[in-house]
Amino acid sequence: MASDKVQSISDDAFKATISSSIPCLVDFWAPWCGPCKAIGPVVEDLAEEYQGKVTILKMNVDDNPVTPGQFGIRAIPTLILFKNGEIVDQITGAVGKKQLVDLINKAL
Amino acid sequence: MKTTHHDLIILGAGPAGLSAGLYAARARIDHLLIEKGAAGGQILLTDWIDNYPGFPDGLSGFELAEKMEAQARRFGLNTLTANVISINLLQTPKTLTLEDGSEFSCNTLILCTGARARRLGVPGEIEFTGKGVSYCATCDAPFYRDMHVAVVGGGNSAVQEAAHLTKFASRVTLIHRRDALRATKIVQERAFANDRIDFIWNSQVTAIEGEKGVERLRLRDTAGQESTLAVDGIFILIGVLPNNEILPLQLLKAEDGGFIPTDNETCTAVPGVFAAGDIRNKRVRQIVNAAGEGATAVLTAEHYLNNLNS
Repeated sequence: MASDKVQSISDDAFKATISSSIPCLVDFWAPWCGPCKAIGPVVEDLAEEYQGKVTILKMNVDDNPVTPGQFGIRAIPTLILFKNGEIVDQITGAVGKKQLVDLINKAL
Repeated sequence: MKTTHHDLIILGAGPAGLSAGLYAARARIDHLLIEKGAAGGQILLTDWIDNYPGFPDGLSGFELAEKMEAQARRFGLNTLTANVISINLLQTPKTLTLEDGSEFSCNTLILCTGARARRLGVPGEIEFTGKGVSYCATCDAPFYRDMHVAVVGGGNSAVQEAAHLTKFASRVTLIHRRDALRATKIVQERAFANDRIDFIWNSQVTAIEGEKGVERLRLRDTAGQESTLAVDGIFILIGVLPNNEILPLQLLKAEDGGFIPTDNETCTAVPGVFAAGDIRNKRVRQIVNAAGEGATAVLTAEHYLNNLNS
């Protein structure tokens, strides 16, 4: 997923962003990952649908090695849902929209 | 609710669906290609493709997917990104319902829903998915730099991806339940010549264990001997399961674990419904025959449509 509809986040800005009381879903991806590309349009849709309710961001794991290491990420795409700086739940693989909606709803 | 009609609907945009889309667009058939994610299907999971004719230097799965899509788009491919939740083949025309409740109908339907990775079905597998258990070496290999990983399987995917993993991992152990590989000879030769790959024959993984992530595998060989192998990750590449959840399996007379049987022209048991690519019940699952079947399906569907209209 390389489009601009979902804002990118870097290691530096990460902690401040996920500490918000507004739930935050982060899509960890890389340009060489096919399934990341496959899930991209779904994440973009959700970013539009949940605008104002959930912050949806993506992090390129090639450019940002620190954060994926902190969360023990060893497969992409991995999507982690945060609220108040804590992990609510996470999901790995190019799952369907319904599974992502179910994931987001856990923080709403 | 309003139903949108097309003469032809193609379901799934892997190599079979994209090839079907190319042929449908060039034949000027009123068509729609529906895909829930990005175009490419399983080739998006493939690191490198050396056996698709016309690319003498090989190319990445990613690149091939983009080229196939671009080629079909050049001729006016019509696509929709959506999740189909049910299919009714008993009605005329045939109808498809999407997740958002909207309906599409068609006179002919080509099923190109493909297949996905089979799971081992052992303790720890689901728990550690994404934490050391992977089904996509292309995606996850870079996380295993200088580590030791296991690959389970003996077919082309397993052996080829084991070789890909050695670009990152310091050691790759291939675990196979038989005493010989099924992979194509040239793929085997490369693996045997790679000093970072070692082999454990006649053995199955019985459990995946660790604290926060994968730390070791429990193995059992054909003689019943149990052992433990310390690894940082495990890549499971043991074949595919059909993506058939939304298909009316009884009507399509699905067989062999849910794959769809067809005749030589890709016709299924339901008139006007065709199947191409990995969802078809067949022995050989390659990109090149998936593409061929996509073309066959469209040309057969075109014939069917002409008969309907005459």
